[in-house]
Amino acid sequence: MSLTPQESEYLEKKIGRKPNPLELQIVAAEWSEHCSYKSSKKHLKILPKEGKRVISGPGYDSGVLDVGDGYVVTVHIESHNHPSAVEPYGGAATGVGGVIRDILSAGTRPIAILDGLRFGDIQKDKHAQWLFKNAVRGIADYGNCLGIPTIGGEIEFDKCFTNYALVDVASIGFGKKENLIQNKAEKGDYVVLIGGSTGRDGIGGSQFASDKLEAENRSAVQIPDPFIEKLVIEVILEARNQKCIKAMKDLGGGGLSCAISETADALGVGIELDLSLVHKREQNMSPSELMISESQERMLVITDLKKLGTLKKICEKFRVPYSVIGRVKKDTLMEVKLDKNTVAKLPSQIVANAPLLDRPSSKPKYLNNIEKIKKPKTPKDLSQTLLKMLSNPNIASKQWVYTQYDHEVGIRTVVKPGSDGSVLRLDNGKFLAAKIDGNSKHCYINPRDGVIGCFDEACRNIICTGAKPIGMVDHLQFGNPEDPEIFWTFKESVQAITDYAKYFEIPCVGGKVSLYNETDEGPIKPTPLIGVLGLIEKKPLISQKIQDGDLIVMLGTTKDELGGSEYYEYIHDLVGGKCPVVEMKSSKKTQDGVLDIISKGLVKVVHDCSKGGLAVAVSKLCIQNDIGCKVSLDKIPSEKLLVDELLFSESHSRFLLVIKPQDEKKIISILKQKGITHARIGVFSGKNITFQEKSSVVVRVRVDKAQEKWLNSLGGLVTHG
Amino acid sequence: MKVAVIVFPGSNCDRDMHHVLTDVFHLKSQLVWHTDELPKNIDAIVLPGGFSYGDRLRAGVIAAHSPIIKDVKKMAEKGMPILGVCNGFQILVESGLLPGALLKNTSLNFMCKWTEIIVKNNKTPFTNKLKLDQRIPIAIANGEGRYYADDKTLALLKKNNQIVFTYAEEVNGASLGIAGISNKAGNVVGMMPHPERSAEQIINPNNSKPASLIFESLLNTLGVTA
Repeated sequence: MSLTPQESEYLEKKIGRKPNPLELQIVAAEWSEHCSYKSSKKHLKILPKEGKRVISGPGYDSGVLDVGDGYVVTVHIESHNHPSAVEPYGGAATGVGGVIRDILSAGTRPIAILDGLRFGDIQKDKHAQWLFKNAVRGIADYGNCLGIPTIGGEIEFDKCFTNYALVDVASIGFGKKENLIQNKAEKGDYVVLIGGSTGRDGIGGSQFASDKLEAENRSAVQIPDPFIEKLVIEVILEARNQKCIKAMKDLGGGGLSCAISETADALGVGIELDLSLVHKREQNMSPSELMISESQERMLVITDLKKLGTLKKICEKFRVPYSVIGRVKKDTLMEVKLDKNTVAKLPSQIVANAPLLDRPSSKPKYLNNIEKIKKPKTPKDLSQTLLKMLSNPNIASKQWVYTQYDHEVGIRTVVKPGSDGSVLRLDNGKFLAAKIDGNSKHCYINPRDGVIGCFDEACRNIICTGAKPIGMVDHLQFGNPEDPEIFWTFKESVQAITDYAKYFEIPCVGGKVSLYNETDEGPIKPTPLIGVLGLIEKKPLISQKIQDGDLIVMLGTTKDELGGSEYYEYIHDLVGGKCPVVEMKSSKKTQDGVLDIISKGLVKVVHDCSKGGLAVAVSKLCIQNDIGCKVSLDKIPSEKLLVDELLFSESHSRFLLVIKPQDEKKIISILKQKGITHARIGVFSGKNITFQEKSSVVVRVRVDKAQEKWLNSLGGLVTHG
Repeated sequence: MKVAVIVFPGSNCDRDMHHVLTDVFHLKSQLVWHTDELPKNIDAIVLPGGFSYGDRLRAGVIAAHSPIIKDVKKMAEKGMPILGVCNGFQILVESGLLPGALLKNTSLNFMCKWTEIIVKNNKTPFTNKLKLDQRIPIAIANGEGRYYADDKTLALLKKNNQIVFTYAEEVNGASLGIAGISNKAGNVVGMMPHPERSAEQIINPNNSKPASLIFESLLNTLGVTA
């Protein structure tokens, strides 16, 4: 893998000579799609990045948000798709490790992990089961060992991910504003490589990730070692406390090539390093192997003479290997030496900034007809349909997964996984809510409305905890960007995220782009992922136990929007129709209204109504509270819809409120006053989940039966499969 | 009155334990690095949870050879209250301060969930404010949490009243459902569940009072009125 002819020409023109083979390797690593964002960068500029809480600084690898009282929260998201598709355990584990170090780079302690996982059809596909099982184990073994709780996430199965895996990991950090790394360096400062030794793993990983997954390139997959990562975290935080760190960057994609060139470029300095000083785990590594190895658990720290001794002592206390590999120079060159000989010398600004591309785009032809479908026949036995929906791996409880993750360590997790959004307590008495959401099925049918829906859903999940969204991260995952139709879906998504973020005034504080996600069968469906953080100033809404007689109030309108729904795809094997569309104005009004009602302490539970529609949302409440319900479908605010559509439409901007009967009047009057579409649709009672239209029962399912399906289906598939 | 919380490379519940001891129960507590000497003026020792040495070889086995364990053993002989939680329990077992072994859970998976344990000995320094057979809603999080001992050892544990906690439900296949034990003298207690995750109402979804009695027992033992 190397540069394109145009890129080679550009490089030669810029440096005024032919690069030597090592220089070419360094540049090729850094100019890979994975490191350089050369296809996407121009388009990402439109995302709104400013906000009253946003703190930005040079060279930050994560977004930084001010949460008041001198504290900050950091957040970042990354994926490790190609490696996980080849070696799910190591790929997923090192995915966790990488994003954790981005959080650490800012000088904050990682306090939470969220993960988004996508695989093929695990009901039929043994390989998908294997990928799923091992990716989960990889995340568990790594995160658990670090003592960073995995507090939430989401999982989707779809045929488009056959023989492939999307493993997205987001991490959240917390710290004092005064401890943020300033990222400044002066001539003569020392460049120190701290952590794991450098070996021949992950060679050329960033280029591997920037191409279609054609051959299983195992040497490109990195090897995880959570124990050393844990020690590196403690070393870095102690070094931070002792003011030993002037600038810092983690080593990820592109290894030393990327870390050195980007650091030098961001700080406006030159760096000279000697590869013979790097601590290695293998003998006779060539300069190019050393420069592009993606061995894990490594940090690059810049310190000065005064603090170098302290930094060394801290490393020695934790027995973490380190090597002083170079010095900061006044020029802006990166100069790589082997012993005394210069083996590469390049302007870091050129290396760190690949020539950007203007890729052509055109609307995919498949979109022209995808909304035109013949509606499926309503099943005769909708009770059976509901049970089938509850055992659908996309809907069934994910407890088999999250019980393998330590989600309590750190004793911050107030609202635990399995809820709408998760909530952490912060040291200043406030609370942070977090959620990531994606939906490849919706995004395939309509890239714009699909991703706006993911954004709205993530916000709704946050709102359910009583939090106000304060920032977002996006992870844009698509197929080969050289295909104009795929590139069009990418551009559509970026514009859509921008529009929603601007309307709701939620700044984009970070993100990542992952392209070339292709399988033997073709590109994956467009799979942008949205992560939203929310802040709760006083106290979060912790769901109260639902009791006999409690009422269900539904907010929002249910529409004929079943395209990409679990009902169409899982029950009827039908891909197409109109996917749900968010009306931003009414959605904002509803979200604000819900927050107001929560702050008044009037609700017992607020639940988002999304995947699987109303029937699934209500069933989950019944299952988790061991109580039945009676819901009248004719009361649901809706367009004129068939019964199955009312039950399973995935229209956005809908919430379920669970309230005590005595609070009904108060709540209804608030909703009326705010002009929020609403209706009291039912009551909790008995042992059956019942939906009726007028007086005829259309669904009746015993709660214990629903429970059994919902709780055990996913685990059952993997443990007995 | 001062409690030492020992920090091994890879401990990750040390700061949680320190927080609960100092901020919730107002005990003076000090984090002590495993190569340092045990401070002279301490009254109790806690070995916190985590993955010391990344659980390599076997959970707790490498940490059991840390320099500080010699001091811990001396204090154990002198009758000082010593609590090992999760990985701390594994270290106590591996260092020979407690009998038996901790094996992989029967599910073969790491398990993080809420469960209940039952108090079987309320005479230890960490259970003297609890009632016999009292139930404690508590968090567990481990991969190698299945307590195992041979029949002879189990009989001795029973005879000497060394079984401190048992699970109220089948959790991981532990012998006699054991969740925590003590040494013969009763001053050294090891338990797989995490009391420090369960003693604050905001974190414990069930009832934080019983778990907080584990810490109040320690206060009681040390003569601090709670």
